[in-house]
Amino acid sequence: MTQPLRQPVTPTRPLPRPNLRLVQPACHDAGPGALPHPEALTFALVGQPNVGKSTVFNMLTGLNQHVGNWPGKTVEQKTGTFRFDGAAANLVDLPGTYSLTANSEEERIARDYLISQRPDVAIAVVNAAALERSLYLVAELLALDTPLVIGLNMSDVAAQHGIHVEPHVLEAALGVPVVPLVAARNEGIRDLVAAAFKLAYDPAAFRPNRPVIRPEHQPVLEQLVEMMGGCACDRYAADWSAMKLLEGDAEVTAQVKGSVAPELWNEIHKVLLQHEDAYLDIAGGRYEWIGRMVRAAVTQPRAGAVTLTDRIDRVATHPVFGLGLLLAIFGLAFALTYAVATPLAEWLSEVVLGGLAGLAATLLAGAPAWVSGLVIDGFIGGAGTVLTFLPILAIFFALLGALEDVGYLARGAYVMDRFMHLMGLHGKSFLPLFLGFGCNVPAVMGARILEERRARFLTILLAPLVPCTARLAVLAFLTPAFFGSRAALVTLGLVALNLVVLAVAGIVVNKVAFKGEQTAFIMELPLYHAPNLRTVGLYVWNNTSSFLKKAGTFILLSSAVVWALSNLPGGNPETSILAMFGKALEPLGALMGLDDWRMIVALLSSFFAKENTIATLGVLFGAPEAGASLATQVSAVMVPAASVAFLAAAMLFIPCLATVATIKQETNWKWMWISVGLLLAISLGAGVVIYQGLRLIGVGV
Amino acid sequence: MIDSPQPRAVKLIADLPAGAAALVHSLTGGHDFCSRMANLGFTAGAPITVRQNYGRGPIVVSVRGTLVALGRAEASRILVRASEA
Repeated sequence: MTQPLRQPVTPTRPLPRPNLRLVQPACHDAGPGALPHPEALTFALVGQPNVGKSTVFNMLTGLNQHVGNWPGKTVEQKTGTFRFDGAAANLVDLPGTYSLTANSEEERIARDYLISQRPDVAIAVVNAAALERSLYLVAELLALDTPLVIGLNMSDVAAQHGIHVEPHVLEAALGVPVVPLVAARNEGIRDLVAAAFKLAYDPAAFRPNRPVIRPEHQPVLEQLVEMMGGCACDRYAADWSAMKLLEGDAEVTAQVKGSVAPELWNEIHKVLLQHEDAYLDIAGGRYEWIGRMVRAAVTQPRAGAVTLTDRIDRVATHPVFGLGLLLAIFGLAFALTYAVATPLAEWLSEVVLGGLAGLAATLLAGAPAWVSGLVIDGFIGGAGTVLTFLPILAIFFALLGALEDVGYLARGAYVMDRFMHLMGLHGKSFLPLFLGFGCNVPAVMGARILEERRARFLTILLAPLVPCTARLAVLAFLTPAFFGSRAALVTLGLVALNLVVLAVAGIVVNKVAFKGEQTAFIMELPLYHAPNLRTVGLYVWNNTSSFLKKAGTFILLSSAVVWALSNLPGGNPETSILAMFGKALEPLGALMGLDDWRMIVALLSSFFAKENTIATLGVLFGAPEAGASLATQVSAVMVPAASVAFLAAAMLFIPCLATVATIKQETNWKWMWISVGLLLAISLGAGVVIYQGLRLIGVGV
Repeated sequence: MIDSPQPRAVKLIADLPAGAAALVHSLTGGHDFCSRMANLGFTAGAPITVRQNYGRGPIVVSVRGTLVALGRAEASRILVRASEA
């Protein structure tokens, strides 16, 4: 018989409201922002990546969720509320992590939250199809005090792969409530919440079977606990700290080192050195414990069975076919955008905006000229035009969300690995870069998944070269009028140009700045499963609503400013402040064939938001008139060679303000300026080279 | 770590062909790498199956019910031995 590592802790918190939060540690640095219902119960949602944790979160909170950052951290934080049988509750979605050893910021946040914020109950989501591995986190959670319920998710996916799990047997073995669910079909979530509430009201009922350390490590663990006996670290219980010391946890090591006398630390350090490899045995011990827990509960598939995932992966991860599939998916995404979203956007522009402009003209007939000018040319022509992008964005984000939810994106990263190696990056960098097609801001933030700083910085530098939906929408808006039937071809060419520039910049920067180092590639490939409409829908909603917010505030305001600058002084755009500014830059524009100052101003204004290119053109060219869309009006002022140069420069231009701010937040000032300078040079350079090149060979002039 | 009386052949996971099954023998490399791999389930004695290996580029390994993609460099830091069967 081995002795439990940690005696079950009898909660001293009063019933029936177990969490009064009387004592808050002074140094809780991982707390969420203010919770909507401070007096209500708080549940923490924990789980490894790819267990369906966010599906559970979305099912419970729906639109009552808030996405932000953990205070002072660059890790996304999701909090939300839900009601159950009339009672309100807070739900905090902790970052998905494989363990609770502080190898990464996410792991630190998850465990600091559980230890210092003391949620009433932690809801752990585990994946029935990868049960042993997902229980590894549970084994770590059971070493903490927080009462726990387990949601056994994805039993449908497991069954497809021949794996069957008996929840009751698992529950009996672990001594922890286990609730079977299929989160994607909203099955079992109510039972899971009921179990969590039950435990919250009666935490004394929580008597789990806690994992034990291997017998050969018991003496050293006790020795360490004894040695630390006098230290002032009240943050983590001593035996937990001792185990983390043995595991070589950097954060706990630093804490203990800082809180004990130097002589004592030397003693502790000596003991740790003698057990340098203990962390491997501790991990092995946890898996042995898990093996005993699941032995009776799980039926494994017969050996050699070919699963759905195997069949799809024969193509999706094949070095040649996989790449073909990835390209086909790209092509399909563009085709869908052009076939469905562009006509919708045109209809919105011509019929809805045209109608609105007409209506406003009638209503404002008696108002001063500047009021109708501001409303019709500023608001409707500027911000209104940007709103017509909505269908394009919605379709793109729906596709991106579905690819992610199905489990395909990781395969894309896998087949891209060998190409990313050319830039000293690996497959994982493909994921944030791919997100960049939606929006560059999440792409820059998405680089957080990269463990190494070098890879993260390089990925962040390259991310703005991925054409985002806003730029694709500008393309989709302008190219049909510029190039007619060849619009799709030009668009694909411009997107390809961006990707080629990205690859070349990556190779060069890696060679020059990083001396061609390589980084470690370790990535889970989730099992395929059907997409969940709600998950994809919420993904689209979260992204399009932030676009709507931007259009309603930032772009509306900048449309008004552009309108004012283009009408002051005197009301004649040709002699306005903006015109003088644009005309001053005409020599530069002329190199790209841009003889019209309005085009230069439109390009520069894209720094504030990429959609501003259109908003500014809308303001400067006036609201769309019936029969002639804005794009047609714009195409009239440039020769085709200049149009290509303009679009190429716009596609490669400095990232928008939001992206630049995010780059600063995720890296530092220096890297931000390098990024801005590099892109400015690339963009203007490309514009000049393309126009002069086309002129030289006599095309499009 | 090859000190057992009758050492079985120890190989790199990167050298196994697709479809081969083996047991994890040991990990080489820094603490961070070994710790991450151990947390993912690559602990001594864990059964693994190579799902894909084209001789170059990354490989796919199945461990404890999970498919894990590994770069060739990482796959060359995991030693495996033949599974008894």
